[in-house]
Amino acid sequence: MNKAYDKSTQVVCKALDIDLAELNDWNCCGASAYMSIHEMKAHLLSARNLVLAEKEKKDLVVVCPACLTTLTKTNHYLAEESRFKRTIETSLKAANLQYRGSVKVRHLLEVIVNEVGEQEVKARIKRKLSGLKVAPYYGCQLTRPFGEIDDKEFPVILDRLLTWIGAEPVDFPLKTKCCGGLLMMTNEDVALGLNRNILDCAKQKEAECIVTICPLCHMNIETYQGDVNKMFGTDFKIPALYFTQLMGLAFGFSRKELGIDDEMISSRPLLEKHLEVIG
Amino acid sequence: MSEKIGVYICHCGLNIAKTVDCKALAEYASHLPNVTVARDYQFMCSNPGQEMIQNDIREMGLTRVVVASCSPLMHEPTFRRAVAKAGLNPYLFQMANIREQCSWITQNRVLATERAKDIVRAAVMRVNFNEPLEVQKVEVNSNVLIVGGGITGIEAALQIADSGKKVYLVEKEPTIGGYMTRFDKTFPTLDCAACILTPKMVSVEQHENIELLTYSDVTDFSGYVGKFTAKIRKRPRYVDEDKCTGCGQCEEKCPLSVPSEFDCKLGKRKAIYRPFPQAVPNVPVIDREHCLYFTKGVCRVCEKFCAHHAIDFEQKEEYVEVPVGSAILATGFDLFDATRIKEYGYGRLPNVITSIEFERLTHASGPTTGKIQLKNGKPPESVAIIHCVGSRDKNYNEH
Repeated sequence: MNKAYDKSTQVVCKALDIDLAELNDWNCCGASAYMSIHEMKAHLLSARNLVLAEKEKKDLVVVCPACLTTLTKTNHYLAEESRFKRTIETSLKAANLQYRGSVKVRHLLEVIVNEVGEQEVKARIKRKLSGLKVAPYYGCQLTRPFGEIDDKEFPVILDRLLTWIGAEPVDFPLKTKCCGGLLMMTNEDVALGLNRNILDCAKQKEAECIVTICPLCHMNIETYQGDVNKMFGTDFKIPALYFTQLMGLAFGFSRKELGIDDEMISSRPLLEKHLEVIG
Repeated sequence: MSEKIGVYICHCGLNIAKTVDCKALAEYASHLPNVTVARDYQFMCSNPGQEMIQNDIREMGLTRVVVASCSPLMHEPTFRRAVAKAGLNPYLFQMANIREQCSWITQNRVLATERAKDIVRAAVMRVNFNEPLEVQKVEVNSNVLIVGGGITGIEAALQIADSGKKVYLVEKEPTIGGYMTRFDKTFPTLDCAACILTPKMVSVEQHENIELLTYSDVTDFSGYVGKFTAKIRKRPRYVDEDKCTGCGQCEEKCPLSVPSEFDCKLGKRKAIYRPFPQAVPNVPVIDREHCLYFTKGVCRVCEKFCAHHAIDFEQKEEYVEVPVGSAILATGFDLFDATRIKEYGYGRLPNVITSIEFERLTHASGPTTGKIQLKNGKPPESVAIIHCVGSRDKNYNEH
C-alpha cells in the first residue's frame, strides 16, 4: 500500500521533470515510537539524514508529514546554540560527521504547488477528473507545529492542487484532525473513534473519496475502515487515494502504474464515472 | 558651588540592620562625592533621629539630605517635614529605600549590603539634581470630558452632571447608546436592554449640564493637571440639528437602500438614516459615501420633502474647543475579527455568525424581528456555539 505512494510519487515527479534522487545510506527519520521513548536519539537519527543530504549538497524532499516534522524540528533546534545542539554535534563527531545547517526540508506537495506551479501541472493533464468530489485530508503534521507551509489549522494548499487537476475539494472541517497515528497499535478503540469522525465528516460532505498526503493517515483511513464499521455499526466504504495517485490519473498513467490496484476499497467505479479523456 | 550632603542610614530596629551592615554602609556613603556627613542610627524616624538630621543641617550647613530607610510611601513626608523645620527646602531631601526590596528579600548579608550601597549611591548622585520647589494652589476646572457615548459614557455623564458639573459627551457615531442598543437582553437578569438604555439616553439629551456632541471625535487634548483644552471635530450630518424634528420623512423618501451597519449588514437602511428609531439625538445623518447627490450629483429628494428645511448639503466640518479639568475614556471595544481563524469559516461559510450578529437576529426590532434563521430564511436544525473565539489565544491575542 505504501508502495503505491512510492510508485505514484516516482511517476508523477518524472512527469513533472522533478529529478528525485534517493538519499544515499539514509536511515529512519526518528518519528514513530522513537520520539516518545528517547527524544534525543530520535533527533540524532534525523540529524544524520540532514548531514548526508548536506554532503550531497541537496535539499530533502519527503512525502511523509511525520518525517517532515521530525526533520524540520531537528533542523530548527540545530539552528540555535544550545545544549541540545552540543549533544547532537558531539554524537555526530563520534561518527566523523558534521552538520553546517544548510539543508532545507520540504514536503513534495509544497514543492509541486510552489515550485512547479499551476501552469506546469495543468499542462500535463491528459484526463480530467471532472466533478470528482474529494475530501482533502491533511492530517495533523503537515502544517503543525511550524505553520511554514500554510495556515496551521485550516490549510488550503492541497485544495488548490486538487482544483488544478479538475477535482472538487469539498469543505472539510476535519482536514487537520488526527487520524490516531500509531495509537492504532496501542489503543485501537480510541484510534478507531478518531477515524470514524473523519470518515463521517467526509460522508456528510458527500465526498466520494478521501485524498491523503501521509502514509500513516492513509493506512488508518483505508485499512481500518472495516474495523470502524464493525465497532460503530457504520457502513463506510470510502476509497482513499494519495494525492500523487490522483495526479497520476489526471496525467494519464494507468491504475497499475500508480499502484491503485493494490487498494482495499475499490475506487474503480467512481473513477470510471469521472475520468474523461480530454480532446 | 558644590553641595553638602548628609546621609542617614536607618537600622529600622532589625528590619534593615539584620541583613544590611549599616555601619559599613555609612562608612561607604561618607566617601561618596559631596557627602559631608554619613551616620547610622537605630530609628531615623524617631524624635532623636530627626533631631540628629536637623542639628547637622544647622551646624554643618547641609544643603541636601538623603535618608536610607523604608519606602517613600511610609516616611517621605516625615523627613520632608523634618528638614523643612531646619530651614531646608523639603524637596532637597531624597529618600533611598533599603528595606522593602533590599533587606527584606534576602538573608544574605553580603549581597544585601552591596545592594544597599548601590541604592544609597544612586540617591546621593540624584539628590545633587533636586531643585527647591514651592507648593502652590491652582484652580481646577470642574468640567468633564467624556469620550464615548455607550452605556459607560452615558452613566458617567449622568452621575457627574447630577452632581452639578458640566459634561461634554463626545460620540463618534450619529447616536449615543453604543453596543447596548443592539442587544436584546442583558445578562444575568435578562432585562430588556432597550428598557434600561433608552430612558438614560433621553436623560442625557435633556440634562442641562450635559453638552452632547455626536458624530464627533476628539482630535487634540492639551494642557496640564486640572486645566485641559479638548479640540473636538464635529463631522457634518448635512442635517441641521436645530431645525430637524425627527419626523422621518426624508428616510422614507430616500430612494437608496444600503446594508445597515447597525444590523451588522443583515438588514438595510437608507442613505439618509438614523441607525435606529430611538436614536439620540433623533436627527438623521446623510451617508456621503452612498448618497446619490454626493456620488452622482443627482436626487436631493430628502431636501424636497423636508418640511422644515433642515437638509443642508453645504454643511462643513467644524472644530470646537472646550475647557475641561478631567476626562473619562469610555471608548468601548471592537469585536475580534473572526475571519482570522480560518478553521471556523467565518466569512467563508454563510451561516457562521458572530455573537453580535446573533444578538441582532434575536432582537425583536432586528432584521428578522427576533426570528433565528439561516441566510436562506429557514430555521436552523442545529446550532453549535464556539465560545471565546480569539480570546486568551496567543495566536491571535496575547491578552
